[in-house]
Amino acid sequence: MGSEDCFSLGTVRSNLYHRKDFAMQWEIVIGLEVHAQLSTQSKIFSGASTAFGAAPNAEACPVDLALPGVLPVLNRGAVERAIKLGLAVGAKINSPSVFARKNYFYPDLPKGYQISQYELPVVEGGVVRIRSAQDGKECEKTIRLTRAHLEEDAGKSLHEDFHGMTGIDLNRAGTPLLEIVSEPDMRSSAEAVAYAKTLHSLVRWIGICDGNMQEGSFRCDANVSVRHQGSDRLGTRCEIKNLNSFRFLEKAIEYEARRQIEILEDGGTIQQQTRLYDPEKGETRAMRSKEDAQDYRYFPDPDLLPLEISEDWIAEVRSRLPELPEEMRIRFERDHELSAYDASALTADRDIAEYYEAVAGKLPFDHKLCANWVMGDISAYLNDEDTSFDNCPLSPAQLVQLLVRIKDGTISGKIAKEVFRQMWIKVREQPVAWKDRDSKRDENLADQIIESQGLKQISDSGELEKLVNEVIAANSRSVEEFRSGKEKAFNALVGQVMKAARGKANPSQVNEIMRKKIAE
Amino acid sequence: MLNSSLKQLSALLATKKISSVELTVEFLKRSRALNSDYNAFITLDEETSLAQARAADTIVASGEAQPLTGIPIAQKDIFCTRGWLTTCGSRMLSNFISPYDACVVERFNSAGAVNIGKTNMDEFAMGSSNETSFYGPVKNPWDTSAVPGGSSGGSACAVAARMAPAATGTDTGGSIRQPAALCGISGLKPTYGLVSRYGMIAFASSLDQGGPMAKSAEDLALMLNVMAGFDTRDSTSLQREPEDYTRDLEKPLEGLRIGLPKEYFVKEINDDVALAVEAAIAEYRKLGAKTVEVSLPNTRLSVPVYYVLAPAEASSNLSRFDGVRYGYRAPEYADLNDMYQKSRAQGFGAEVKRRILIGTYVLSHGYYDAYYIQAQKLRRLMALDFTEAFKLCDIIMGPTSPTVAFDLGEKSSDPVQMYLSDAYTIAVNLAGLPAMSIPAGFGKNNRPVGLQIIGNYFAEAQMLKVAHQYQQITDWHIRMPTSAAL
Repeated sequence: MGSEDCFSLGTVRSNLYHRKDFAMQWEIVIGLEVHAQLSTQSKIFSGASTAFGAAPNAEACPVDLALPGVLPVLNRGAVERAIKLGLAVGAKINSPSVFARKNYFYPDLPKGYQISQYELPVVEGGVVRIRSAQDGKECEKTIRLTRAHLEEDAGKSLHEDFHGMTGIDLNRAGTPLLEIVSEPDMRSSAEAVAYAKTLHSLVRWIGICDGNMQEGSFRCDANVSVRHQGSDRLGTRCEIKNLNSFRFLEKAIEYEARRQIEILEDGGTIQQQTRLYDPEKGETRAMRSKEDAQDYRYFPDPDLLPLEISEDWIAEVRSRLPELPEEMRIRFERDHELSAYDASALTADRDIAEYYEAVAGKLPFDHKLCANWVMGDISAYLNDEDTSFDNCPLSPAQLVQLLVRIKDGTISGKIAKEVFRQMWIKVREQPVAWKDRDSKRDENLADQIIESQGLKQISDSGELEKLVNEVIAANSRSVEEFRSGKEKAFNALVGQVMKAARGKANPSQVNEIMRKKIAE
Repeated sequence: MLNSSLKQLSALLATKKISSVELTVEFLKRSRALNSDYNAFITLDEETSLAQARAADTIVASGEAQPLTGIPIAQKDIFCTRGWLTTCGSRMLSNFISPYDACVVERFNSAGAVNIGKTNMDEFAMGSSNETSFYGPVKNPWDTSAVPGGSSGGSACAVAARMAPAATGTDTGGSIRQPAALCGISGLKPTYGLVSRYGMIAFASSLDQGGPMAKSAEDLALMLNVMAGFDTRDSTSLQREPEDYTRDLEKPLEGLRIGLPKEYFVKEINDDVALAVEAAIAEYRKLGAKTVEVSLPNTRLSVPVYYVLAPAEASSNLSRFDGVRYGYRAPEYADLNDMYQKSRAQGFGAEVKRRILIGTYVLSHGYYDAYYIQAQKLRRLMALDFTEAFKLCDIIMGPTSPTVAFDLGEKSSDPVQMYLSDAYTIAVNLAGLPAMSIPAGFGKNNRPVGLQIIGNYFAEAQMLKVAHQYQQITDWHIRMPTSAAL
C-alpha cells in the first residue's frame, strides 16, 4: 500500500457505504489506468500527422491504413516523452524495452493487432504524490505506479450518418499513447480524482501531453473493488471505461462502489467485468465479463527490434526536464515563505507557476502580494474569459508596475483593483499572449491610468489633516462614542475620511492622524 | 540472347545492338506464349512494361545507364508495385492494385530496370510447390508434370524458361533456394536485414528476406547490388556501407574450407541428389578447395521450430486481411463477425488457413510458453550451431532439397511431407544467414539438382565468388529446358 500521512487507511465513513449495518465498514480499492496522448507531431509508427480535427482519413498514411507490406518505424519523440514521465515519477527506465502485438479484430484496428508493450514496458515503477482533502484536512499520500508503456491508438468507428453502415476514420490510428498504470493504492473517489489531477498536471508540466480531455488526449479507466475494512485481500474488481472528465471519474467510482457494496450486502458476489460509465444516467453498465475476455495472444513484434535506451539518452532527457511541480512547491514554501495552500495552488499547472515566477522575480520583496494577485484577480479575469495563464494578455512586468505602486503607497489596494480592471480592458484591445509580447512595448500602463484618472493616493499630511478635521467636526457624536470606548465608531470615522477622499487616502496615515486629532 | 547474362544484355543495350523496347518485346512475347503452359505470371502488362522500356532507352541514349538499365526483370507478386495488381497469390488480394511501391521495386525502378510482370507464387508465400496459389500451380519447365518448387515458383520458372532474364523472390524457409534448385537456376537469400522488407507482403517477419533469382551467380551479384541497402522504413534493415557484390567474383578458391554438415548427408537425401552434390564438391576440390566435416546437431529440429514460429508470426501478419479496407470481402454477410469469418474463409486457401490456425494456437494463453518461447530458445541454439561450424570452415555446402522436383499433386495432400522438403533450407532463415542454391546437374527424370551454399553473416560477396568460380568450369546454369523452345 502507499504511505499515508494523516489518515487511517482510507476508511470510508460516509454512510453511503454502509447501508444496512453501520458496524460494517467497507473500503474501496481503486487503481487507475490513464491513457495520455503524447504530444508528438507525427504518429508513433508512421510519419503521418497527429493534428486533431482533419477530414476523416486525411491523416492516415499507408502504414496507418495497414496496407499489405508496410512496416512500423518507432518515433523517438514518443520514447523520449515516456522517458520524461519515467524520470518525473522516479521510475526505472527499462532497456531493452520490447514492443508486443496485442491481437484482436475490430474494424478500427487496421492491422488486426495493436502494437503495445507487454513484458518489459519502457517505464517500470515510480510514484506520484497526491494531496487530497480527507475529513476536511489536506492530506498527502503516495500512489505507486506499476508501469507506463507506449502503444498506438486505434481509429474511430462512426455509426451515425452511414445509413446502417459503419464509417471508419483512421486519423487517430497510430497516435502515440502512454498508458500509465497505478497500483490499487487509492481508497476513495477523492483520492482517485486527486491522483488523476496530479498526473494530468504532471504530463502537461513536463510537456508530454496537452491534457485536452474533450479531445481524448487524457483518458482514464478505473479498476474498482470493495472489501471489508481491515481485510488484506483484494475484492473482485470491475474496470470502468470511458471516463473523460474528473467529475465522471468521481461519479463513476462512487456509483460503482455503491453497486458492489449493495450486491455484497445482499449476499451476492461480484462478477469481474468491464463496465462502461454512462454520464447521462450517472451509472455504470456491463460491457463484457471475464468469460468473454479475449486472448490477445501477445508476442514480441518481429517488425520492431527491442528498444535500447542508453544512459546517455536518459541523461540528455533528464537535463532538459523542467523543475517538477513538487520541487517547485517545496521551494515556494521554503524560499518564498508561502503557505502550503498557496504553493500548491501556484504549482497546480505549469502556466500559472511560470507566470507567478515571472512576477515574483520582478518583485522579490513581497511574494505573498504576487501570489495573491496571480491567484486572485488574474485567475478570476482569465476564468471569466475561459482562457489560461499562457494566454494571459497582461504581462508580468505590467502587473509588477501596478504592485510597485501599491507597495510605494501611490495607490491603495482597493484603488489597485480599479486600476487593474482598466489595465485589463486596455490589454484586451489587442490581446497578445504575454510570452509573445515585445517587452519594450510594455508602456507603463499602471502609471498612465493612475495619472490620467487622478487615482494617486493622498499622502500629503496637510491635506489629510484638513479632511480629518472636517469629518471630526461633522461627526461629533461618533467622536463621543469612540471616546467612551466604542472602537467601531473609530472605523466609521476613518470610513468617512476615505469616502471624502474618494478612496484615494492612505488608510494607515488617516488612522494615525485621526487618533492624534481625537486625542488632542 | 535468351541465354545472355545480364552483363551481356547491358553491353548489347550500351552498344545499341538492341533497344530495351526490343528486348522487352522479345521477353514479353515469350512470356505470353509460354505462360499458358507454365502459369509463371499472374500479371503481364505490356503497356506498362513497354513504357518503362522506352524510358530506359532514353536513359541509355543519354549515356546515364546503370548496369540493369533497360533489362526486363520479373517481380514476385509479393512485392507491392504501384498501379499493378499485387495479389500475393491469394484470392484475398485478387482485387488489390497497390498504391505504392515496395522498396525493392523502387530500387529496380531507379536502376532503370523494366518490370516485365508479376510472378505466380504460393499463396502468401506459404508452400513449397506453388500449388497453393489462388491462380493455379506453376509448372516446372523441365518437366511440366513436376512442380517448380515454392513459394517463388513463378520467378524460378520464368527464369528457367527464359521468360525473363532475372526475377525477384522471397525466402522465409527456402522459398528462393528450393524453387531455384528444382528449376535449375541460381537464387540467393541474403543475410536477414540486407534487403528492405518494406512493401514486401509479410509472411513471417523475422524470417522473410527478399533476394535475386537468375541464371548465374554473376547475375545474382548485379541484382543484389540493386536490391541491398539500408531503408529507414524497415526497422530490421541493417545500416551498412554499400558493397559491390561483384568485386570478388574472379578471385580464386585456393584454400577455401568447405564445411560439409554430416546432418545434411544422410539417408533422407535421394541418391540422385546426393550424387550430383558430391560431384559438385569434387569440382570444388579441383578448384583448390578443401572439405571438412562439420556438425549442425540441431538440424532435425529446424522443421518443427519453423512450423511454430513462422505460423505464429503469420497468424498475426495476416490479420489485416479482414475485408474492411481493401481486398476480398464476402458478398453477403449478416453482421461484422460474419463478414470477417466469411471474407477470411473464402479469401484464404487451405494452407494459409492451416498456418493461421497453427499460429493462433501456439500463441494462445497456456500454450505460448510451451511452443513459442521454447521454439525461440531452439532458434538461438540453431544459430549457435552455425557459429560453431564456421569456426572450422569458410562456407557450408550441401543439398538444397532432399529430392529433385516432385510431381504435381504428389505431396499436396500431405503437409508434413511438403514441409520436409525444406528440411535443409529452414535452419538458415532461423539463423538469419545468407544462403544460395546453384544448379549442379540433373537427377531422376532429368530434373535439376541444386547445390546449397551457406555463408556466414554478410558473406554474400564470398558466396557469389564460390558459385561463380564453379560456373566457370560447369555449364549447368546455362542449360535450358527443351519445352521452353518456341
